[in-house]
Amino acid sequence: MAKTTSAFAVGLLFGLGLLVSGMADPAKVLAFLDVTGRWDPSLAFVMAGAVAVSAAGYRLALRRGRPVLALRLDVPARRDLDGRLIAGAAVFGIGWGLAGLCPGPALTLLTVAPTQAVTFVVAMVAGMLMFRLLPSAAPERAVQGAEA
Amino acid sequence: MDGFTPVSALVGGAMIGTSAALFLLLNGRIAGISGILGGLLAPPSPETGWRAAFVAGLVLAPLAYAGLGRSLPPVTVGASFPLLILAGLLVGFGARLGGGCTSGHGVCGIGRGSPRSLAATGTFMAVAVLTVLVARHLVGA
Repeated sequence: MAKTTSAFAVGLLFGLGLLVSGMADPAKVLAFLDVTGRWDPSLAFVMAGAVAVSAAGYRLALRRGRPVLALRLDVPARRDLDGRLIAGAAVFGIGWGLAGLCPGPALTLLTVAPTQAVTFVVAMVAGMLMFRLLPSAAPERAVQGAEA
Repeated sequence: MDGFTPVSALVGGAMIGTSAALFLLLNGRIAGISGILGGLLAPPSPETGWRAAFVAGLVLAPLAYAGLGRSLPPVTVGASFPLLILAGLLVGFGARLGGGCTSGHGVCGIGRGSPRSLAATGTFMAVAVLTVLVARHLVGA
């Protein structure tokens, strides 16, 4: 129960951060990606702020060892690069660049721009289900929980 | 440089980072949205509850924002419906194939200094920039 409550609070804070930062606005995301147009570098500041705090949190979590509500830290151990990682990131990048939406902002926009966000989220879930249908997805499924 | 908002970007980014840090310190998990959502598509397990709660928090954030007495920042979804469907399919499939998205690889993975996340983030940023270049400046979509 405590785990569920903290996950809710953390999700809420994440969504608030998306709204405050401008990351939840697809037009702003596309303006950041549009480096040859009227470039808006704001999202680099979002990333800088987010990575700095998350890096500090990771170091603190490593030093503490055991998380407050769980038995152990569950972070991905793999460090090697493979074709699937790069291919997946490339496919993701095309989708992100087409609409300016990635999973977090899409979920946060469900109540703000319902028709568009629902359309995107239904398609995104369909894409995730299509991945599960891949025969080659099976070996990775076992370690899915440990993926980033 | 239109609409450059470094302060709110930094503050909001720090909130996102705090959320990722808290999730690691409390639940011991990576705040990777595509992984959390993707896990909900599997048969119910002891993990289903916290995954659903995290997603519920994300979805309800705009209501909390408005509840704090602030008007929501402007949001413009410019993509047409066919484009939203295509983009959604690619984002969902690609995030699962690549084992993460902007949050899991971009925020958490780079924060951990993971070579896989650095490579994934570099790839999807570069491809997204190219996609916008082609869509906006070459095709004019």
